[in-house]
Amino acid sequence: MRPAPFEYHDPRHVSEAVDLLSSLENARPLAGGQSLMPMMNFRYGQFDHLVDLNRIDDLSFIDVDGSSIRIGAMTRQVEMQEDTRLAESVPVALEALSHVGHIATRNRGTIGGSLSHLDPAAELLAVSALLDGVVHLQGKEGKRSVPIEDYVVGYMTPAAEEGELLTSVDWNPWQGDHGWSFREFARRHGDFALAGAAVLMALDEAGSIARAAVTVFGVGPAPVRLKTAETSMVGEIPTRQLFELAGEEAASLEAMQDAVVSGSYRRHLARVLTVRALEEASVRAKDEKK
Amino acid sequence: MGAKYFGARVERREDEPLLRGKGQFTDDIVLSDALVAVIVRSPWAHARIDSVDVSEAAGMPGVHSIWTMADLPDCLRGRQTPIQVPNAAIRQPHNFPVLADGEATFVGEPVAVVLADSRELGEDAAQMVFVDGVPLPVAADVGTAAEPGAPLMHSSLKDNIAADLVLQFGEDENPFEAAEVVIEETFRQHRGCCQAMECRAVQAQYDALTDQLTVWSAAQAPHMVKNIIVEMLGHDDGKVRVIAPDVGGGFGPKGMVYPEEVLCAALARETGRPVKWTEDRREHFLSTTQERDQIWTMRVAADRDGRLIAVEGDLVHDSGCAAPWGIILPYIAATTVPGPYVIPNYRMRMRSVFTNKPPTTPLRGAGRPQAVFAMERMMDRLADRLGLDPAEVRRRNMIRPDQMPYRMGLIYRDGSPLTYDSGDYPECQRLALAKADWEGFKQRQSAALAEGRYIGIGVANYVEGTGLGPYEGSKARVAADGRIEIASGAAPQGQGQKTILAQIAADAFGVPMEDVDVRVADTGIVPIGIGTFASRVTVNAGSSTHNASKSLRAKVIKFAALRLEVPEADIEIDSRVVRARGTNRSVTLGELRQFANGMPGFTLPEGLEPGLETADWFSPRQATYCNGTHVAEVEVDADTGAVEIRRYVVAHDSGRLVNPMAVDGQIQGGVAHGIGNALFEHMHYDDEAQPVTTTLADYLLPMAPDVPDVEIVHMETPTPLNPLGVKGAGEGGTIPAAACIVAAVEDALRPFGARFSECPLSPQRIVEVICQSKKVA
Amino acid sequence: MSLRDVSINVNGTDYQASVEPRLSLVELLRKKLSLTGTHVGCEHGVCGACTVMVDGRSVRSCLMLAVQADGAEVVTVEGLSEEQGPLGPLQAAFRRCHGLQCGFCTPGMLMTLTDFLTRNPEPTRDEVRIALTANACRCTGYKGIVDAAMEAAAEIRRAS
Repeated sequence: MRPAPFEYHDPRHVSEAVDLLSSLENARPLAGGQSLMPMMNFRYGQFDHLVDLNRIDDLSFIDVDGSSIRIGAMTRQVEMQEDTRLAESVPVALEALSHVGHIATRNRGTIGGSLSHLDPAAELLAVSALLDGVVHLQGKEGKRSVPIEDYVVGYMTPAAEEGELLTSVDWNPWQGDHGWSFREFARRHGDFALAGAAVLMALDEAGSIARAAVTVFGVGPAPVRLKTAETSMVGEIPTRQLFELAGEEAASLEAMQDAVVSGSYRRHLARVLTVRALEEASVRAKDEKK
Repeated sequence: MGAKYFGARVERREDEPLLRGKGQFTDDIVLSDALVAVIVRSPWAHARIDSVDVSEAAGMPGVHSIWTMADLPDCLRGRQTPIQVPNAAIRQPHNFPVLADGEATFVGEPVAVVLADSRELGEDAAQMVFVDGVPLPVAADVGTAAEPGAPLMHSSLKDNIAADLVLQFGEDENPFEAAEVVIEETFRQHRGCCQAMECRAVQAQYDALTDQLTVWSAAQAPHMVKNIIVEMLGHDDGKVRVIAPDVGGGFGPKGMVYPEEVLCAALARETGRPVKWTEDRREHFLSTTQERDQIWTMRVAADRDGRLIAVEGDLVHDSGCAAPWGIILPYIAATTVPGPYVIPNYRMRMRSVFTNKPPTTPLRGAGRPQAVFAMERMMDRLADRLGLDPAEVRRRNMIRPDQMPYRMGLIYRDGSPLTYDSGDYPECQRLALAKADWEGFKQRQSAALAEGRYIGIGVANYVEGTGLGPYEGSKARVAADGRIEIASGAAPQGQGQKTILAQIAADAFGVPMEDVDVRVADTGIVPIGIGTFASRVTVNAGSSTHNASKSLRAKVIKFAALRLEVPEADIEIDSRVVRARGTNRSVTLGELRQFANGMPGFTLPEGLEPGLETADWFSPRQATYCNGTHVAEVEVDADTGAVEIRRYVVAHDSGRLVNPMAVDGQIQGGVAHGIGNALFEHMHYDDEAQPVTTTLADYLLPMAPDVPDVEIVHMETPTPLNPLGVKGAGEGGTIPAAACIVAAVEDALRPFGARFSECPLSPQRIVEVICQSKKVA
Repeated sequence: MSLRDVSINVNGTDYQASVEPRLSLVELLRKKLSLTGTHVGCEHGVCGACTVMVDGRSVRSCLMLAVQADGAEVVTVEGLSEEQGPLGPLQAAFRRCHGLQCGFCTPGMLMTLTDFLTRNPEPTRDEVRIALTANACRCTGYKGIVDAAMEAAAEIRRAS
């Protein structure tokens, strides 16, 4: 299991990388390599050129200001885990990261790699959807920004054009008191989840739901925000019954199936995890209020 | 002389080099000028192969040569590899050739070999070898392949039945007719893989000057590898040497002799250059032997007190595309069913069935986990039917210690009447139950249920024939520096045999362990042998090491008495010096060795052979039977189907323990494998026998959070069948684990009335069964 | 394919090598530098046998190219103790606690735990188990490895 031969390029600047990717035939950017390298070792992917982004310092940063977070594409998962500002403003992301692979893969794996590979069960993708993420792309024609929901166009398919590089992602963390939860079900710790749900919830003074965000991931080809539940829960007192309704929405999503895992089991898990995540988030939201 | 090391938790001498990264595994060995072999494998489960086009690949950079069946030397052409364990009951003794010979019978079957300067270049070329094959109908599933008219695994067969036989005992004519309770059920178990962390690996070197062929292989049975290379290549027996260096786990499948071993040896001889092949993980999934696909239809008759009257069944075993180990697996399975229970009447039909999948050969447990699953699940059903405690039903049926030796009425695989030699099964179960607080569980369970949590408990017993003969040899000698050297036919893959044999030898000879060197796994030091499988090495190689070391001591004493001119009774061995008690006379072992080797002008007394060297070929007259009881306590998340093993208790009796630390390690590791079989490891194939789970991300090995710390209770009933009183301990951790865990899951889900008759149990399956039960309710 | 020069420091020694870009770090270590203590278990980044430290963090050396390690400091199992000196605390604990049987996964286990114990010097058994999901072992059932990690952690704390 050795990769097919390729030419190797290790540019120092984004513009160089973009030039290479848009001018070379059958070229692929290499981020942390935790998904791409196995595919190349299996020879499922064979590329004439590999453009290694690991020496582009400009792509590795975490900017946190009051209301927004910007994370450079080559920021490693471990760097995010160790960032106290992220722990403070988006604890849901930290919880998500604890489910991402293992120590050694988080040491190499990057957020940009994850958001380019687009495994439907990827935790950082789910969090990006939950936090109304926007990805920034840079190509030969210039830069553009795309909201996550427009960015994921299908199963492992980003809206990036040929030669266009994901350079960073913006997250919009909630301000003020709110609860959060991140629940997933994987066969073993660190495996890709068979389904998962991430929730943010804020309560008003009366204890009713003021705002809710619910992302279900690993079920269909892309993470999904439960728009109906998010809207209909507002103004309601958080109850098990209310959450079960959101669970119904999750259970009606399109679900992937393969030789090992059925679609109906994924939908079943989506319901269970959505309800559990909502319950946990509502408890946290209440605690925040105290 | 009392035992000094036997029974002690001695730290292992194997560990230090391995911990420093100084181990020597097969792939670590550097032979200069070696060619790297890359195997082109069949993408079809079953196909006619019309041609193999190597023209483009042959001209690629770094390619030395490419070999198909047609290019191989005469001795390999048109031949199947010999069946390692032949049996007269095999009606169609089919085995595969070293390269596909016009017909491929499983995905991954070797079709051609590329020899290249590096693995990378070899893989580049292998990609450009074009195999022209015509897909043929596939015998994909063991259940349907057994039926008349099913697609044939290979065109030369008349049907897919490799063997069809019945084992039985008991005098009652129609035991089921009058029985108060009759229970029937069908159980299905699935294939798992070896997944030793080191994949297979071979290196072969041929020296034309001496005609010497040396093969290094990550093998469990280097002597079998040697025998088959000698047989297939027609090479002089004295000029083939097979060495198993450090081996990174075996678990059974490395006891198979593979085409790649024969190919590397043959091509080293053909090309005159060393040939190296290292299996990669994908190849391991495709081509290393697997085990456990079986379908059991069981029928049990009992009286209303739960006492067994008869057990009968029909066992369909998936042999895969060949029968390299004959009918060992179904045979072991059928003889394991009775376990620790008195069964007046027993009848088991077993069919070994060919399918277009990799061959099945023993994998830790070797047919026994399936047998124990079928039998123990039936005991649970019986308990349920009668409203009895599952442990109590088992106790009522157990063979009592005063019935030992207990002759069951079957012939075991070693040809001897299946006779349990020793053990106290009721006491073993009692100890396990006490440790697990079986009595207190009902209370724990209802308390948990009140909180909405589902916990359950399960128990399972097994009896295992271990320490199988025919023999294993060890040589003991005094080396030039006075150290004791043991050369044994043992071939370890992590069990710590060098330490264990050193403990045994040091005690038997009477020196500190540090003065004992142990060499193993090399046909150049002990030319004949059997191999590591069937939990047999400590029994066989341990006993021969003990005997050889004792007779070496006797010989040293004789020569020392002669040399020091005192009666033998006055000789004392004190580390590397031999003294005459009450005198100041002494001789070092090194000097005594020279003396014993003989010198001109000195006459040996009659009956005393020269040299301080002895050998022993311990040959047990039958297998020795170890036994054990497992108890698992689990919690099931009824919403997701997740199973957490809260506690796991093993009470077991493998006779006397040489090194309790090593035995604990075998049990803990064996249970981990059993947890894999119970909950995780399922080698999926599609309807065309294409493998689905071919990465370690898809085929799930249990990881650290999935395996609890096993609580172990040792019983030590010495066997009378060998001088050490030892029984095998390598597989008992695995054998009843799946039965035990599935029983516990079922118990936890009693409120739903869930029933499971298969394993592994995925969370998905658990949820499906719960949902069905809810619907029925 | 054109070759690339790589300068790398492994266990305190500087090495230079000229490699194909597709050569993985583990193949560089094993084949070019003859450091065979690091093992190849799956070549798809799951089993953890090939884990080494690169610039102070554990990585899968089957998923990293040798050219990516140009200029890096690498520590492998061979670097965990002096050649003639005593075993390091983690290695010694593995031997005491029967944390290895065949020893094939062991180098990767040691490197993962080296990284983990640096970040979490006072772990619980459960935290050790989660960290060990980075590495598969088929022999031990993990108990001896967890025991060893706990003992080594305590010893390292005492020594510091």
